[in-house]
Amino acid sequence: MPEDNVLVKLEHGKKSFGDVAVLKDISLEVRKGEVVAIIGPSGGGKSTLLRCMTLLETLDAGSLSYGDLSVAEDNGAGHAVYGGKDVMKRAKSRFGLVFQNFNLFPHYSVIKNVTDAPISVQKRPRAEAFERGRELLAKMGLADKEDMVPCELSGGQQQRVAIARALAMDPEVLFFDEPTSALDPELTRDVLKVIRDLAAERMTMVIVTHEMTFARDVADRIIFMDDGLVVEEGRAVDVINNPQQERTRAFLSQYQQG
Amino acid sequence: MLSMLGQGFGVTLQIFFLTLVGSLPLGVVVALARMSRVKPIAWIMKFYISVMRGTPLMLQMFFIYFAPYYIFGIPLSMESKFSATIVAFIINYAAYFAEIYRSGIQSIPRGQYEAAEVLGYSRLQTFMKIVLPQVIKRILPAMGNEIITLVKDTSLAFAIGVAEMFSTAKALVASQVSMLPFVFAAVFYWVFNFVVEVVLGRVEKKMGYYHD
Repeated sequence: MPEDNVLVKLEHGKKSFGDVAVLKDISLEVRKGEVVAIIGPSGGGKSTLLRCMTLLETLDAGSLSYGDLSVAEDNGAGHAVYGGKDVMKRAKSRFGLVFQNFNLFPHYSVIKNVTDAPISVQKRPRAEAFERGRELLAKMGLADKEDMVPCELSGGQQQRVAIARALAMDPEVLFFDEPTSALDPELTRDVLKVIRDLAAERMTMVIVTHEMTFARDVADRIIFMDDGLVVEEGRAVDVINNPQQERTRAFLSQYQQG
Repeated sequence: MLSMLGQGFGVTLQIFFLTLVGSLPLGVVVALARMSRVKPIAWIMKFYISVMRGTPLMLQMFFIYFAPYYIFGIPLSMESKFSATIVAFIINYAAYFAEIYRSGIQSIPRGQYEAAEVLGYSRLQTFMKIVLPQVIKRILPAMGNEIITLVKDTSLAFAIGVAEMFSTAKALVASQVSMLPFVFAAVFYWVFNFVVEVVLGRVEKKMGYYHD
């Protein structure tokens, strides 16, 4: 099949909150090993797009699939029809999400945050989950922190635990919702480094971010969203260094001044 | 005198523990029903809580004691006094506990639910593993208040004629023409509550290993 390596496919996604159309008509494909950055002004629909793709929100219209698994299909009358509980459960095992505010479980130790879902959701053997958890924490530079609780860690460390927690589920694709927006610049650096390392390993990632330099350096492809639509899409270097659309230029110029 | 007070205290303890055993879990059910997305269920629970909190516990006790006789013609007995007391205490305290649980459950940030959802936890797992442990920590001080009030509220059973500690003390005061039994009863209540405070303090300390 030609689309063998498409891990996520969203077609003609639409989403409104009340009268406000947040996603107007969005189509997006993510291929295996690809890093996609989504940029754009606040309120442009980036987070809603991510929340729809991670099933935290439901699309009003359009279709969404994870590889060969169809999650939502357009019924032809402009309505997205979602699969049953089983389909949703299988879909959730294919992706991970890293939140802006980490959302670690505060009452669990670092290692338990990373191992509990593999053990109690995926039913993996404890020893295996712990081994994998420790391996991931080491990779995040947090090998000595496994017995701490999240409140004892800095924001940057917490976010790296959150990344380890998501990776412990062995997702095919990892979504990031502004992973460094809640962090100080110095802590941001550590988190971005971890994401860069993952990109170097060809981890498939979709990152909503305000870090333009980072997006340009790490992403293969950049999507500029505004007003519920994809305004511009292309190779990362091209979009950042040589934007074609006026709105993209205007948006990027704010960053160059700063 | 002390042995008689001690016997009364035994009954007080029974009321206290039986009420907790019944109302702590019943409160969870009431709280969840109160937050139900099925509106009529939520309304019924809101009404139930309103009645339980809005009328005197003593009156509820009398109502439950006499209702079987007036409605079904069942004769009343000494045992039914005790049973009525327990039932009244349980349904009354469940309403208060339910509101405390609800405040705790609603204080858990949305992000916790979303993180659990994305990781694939079932709704039951999310509640039992992620939400409930955090709720318990948050509601502990409010629960402490309510449990201490319960210790003292057991004395209301006096009104219906259950021989708990306050009833015994009152009888002793009358027969011995001395206020001393009241003083001893007060000491009993206070020591009991002191123990409750120590236990709650321990639990709070145990859960103090994290903050959010």
